Amino acid sequence: MTYVEFLQAHSGRMIDGTIITVYQFLLSTVVAIGIAILFGLMKLSKNLAVRSVAIIYIEIFRGTSLLVQLFWIFFVLPLFGIHLDKFTAGFLAVGLNMGAYGAELVRGAILAVPQGQWEAAIALNMSSRKRMWRVVLPQAFVIMLPPWGNLIIEILKGTALVALISVTDLMFEVRQININTFLSIEAFGTAIIIYYLIARLFVTPVMRAFENAMSRKIGRA
Amino acid sequence: MTEDMSQYPLRLDGDDFPMVRFQKVTKAYGSLVVLNQLDLDVSAGEMVTIIGPSGSGKTTVLRMLMTLETINSGVIYVEGEPLTHMERDGRLVPANSAHIRRIRSKIGMCFQHFNLFPHMTALGNCMEGPVQVLRLPRKEAEERSLELLEMVGMAEKRDQHPSRLSGGQQQRVAIARALAMRPKIMLFDEVTSALDPEVISEVTNVIRRLVDTHNLTMLMVTHQMGFAKEISDRVCFFFDGSIEEQGSPAKLFETPERERTKQFLNAVLEAN
Repeated sequence: MTYVEFLQAHSGRMIDGTIITVYQFLLSTVVAIGIAILFGLMKLSKNLAVRSVAIIYIEIFRGTSLLVQLFWIFFVLPLFGIHLDKFTAGFLAVGLNMGAYGAELVRGAILAVPQGQWEAAIALNMSSRKRMWRVVLPQAFVIMLPPWGNLIIEILKGTALVALISVTDLMFEVRQININTFLSIEAFGTAIIIYYLIARLFVTPVMRAFENAMSRKIGRA
Repeated sequence: MTEDMSQYPLRLDGDDFPMVRFQKVTKAYGSLVVLNQLDLDVSAGEMVTIIGPSGSGKTTVLRMLMTLETINSGVIYVEGEPLTHMERDGRLVPANSAHIRRIRSKIGMCFQHFNLFPHMTALGNCMEGPVQVLRLPRKEAEERSLELLEMVGMAEKRDQHPSRLSGGQQQRVAIARALAMRPKIMLFDEVTSALDPEVISEVTNVIRRLVDTHNLTMLMVTHQMGFAKEISDRVCFFFDGSIEEQGSPAKLFETPERERTKQFLNAVLEAN
């Protein structure tokens, strides 16, 4: 069986899997961004209780394995009465985990905005909320875009784990193909190429374009 | 150590209370006392310049008034009302943020390093406060901002981001941005210190025009002795956290009384 024949026989499954992977990736990214902003801001709060919640969250989700978290959300939460379907559990686990890393990026970027910007906003008598949303976050956003490019690729790769709770993503499909055909090189080789191409042809150019657009907006380009 | 607040009036009454009053204001960082029991009044429409060696606490005076620094004791009054404190049950207690914002709306400030918002154009910088804080309609905020940019000679650069502007141009936009809030009090914190010598006059000319045409109360920290002498109603020489000597520019620059003032002025003169 040539590689072309292999592709002809199995491309349908792989395309289906890839579509699920892309969905998982996009939804995980949305969750991660939301979590990152929420806990990044909370970690900067003056309120000790609020800050503690953020610290504990980040410690737990960064400090333990994504796979274990995935199994917790899918297998353990039902024991506490929280039932999630496998698709939701999948992107939620990846998003919650990566969001903890993202929270540190958000926090670091906010702290990297020069003190003078806060002071100018105070001198214009802005409320603390306006200072954050109108002055600091737009600048922090530009600062954190490059590290977010890395994190988003991590998110994409992280979604491969959802196959282990039977979400029928790309990884799940190629494992099935491998079990049925024993064509391991073809199956997993193709998977590697597809993951790489999504990152290289989709994620990286989008992030790059985003960075350029933001730099222009801030008048640096 | 709690301070006896009953020594401070709840508000300044009478006909001629000052626009700004520092009453026994102390600022310390740990054991380092930056300002020691400062008493300073600034009348409405007065231009007061603060000079002194670095570390004498002169910038801190402006930063406390802008509420960028907290104070350790004493009270600052603005237009007769306490800024750092508020009245509760007939006593002064530390002000909450709503009170601070209400009083702070009377004050504007320009900084040594301009601190323009890099993600907004010159016009956007000027409109930000009026639209977001004063809640003016965009049209009105734009008119007001353009008028001010015109006044500082920056109307042509309205659509440029700060990164495309020289230091002198950025500082002029910063002045327009502060004025767009219609403050009664303007604070200038070493606004020419970060500028190349040849563009300093761009900025000093704008301030000169402000003094001539507006009835603003102004407090300025500067190292430009010539400018201070020419423009001020009063000059305060700070040394070691308090006012060593103050008076009209003619008196302070021509016939200083205190030894430290003479030393400082001589040193500055030599450097120039």
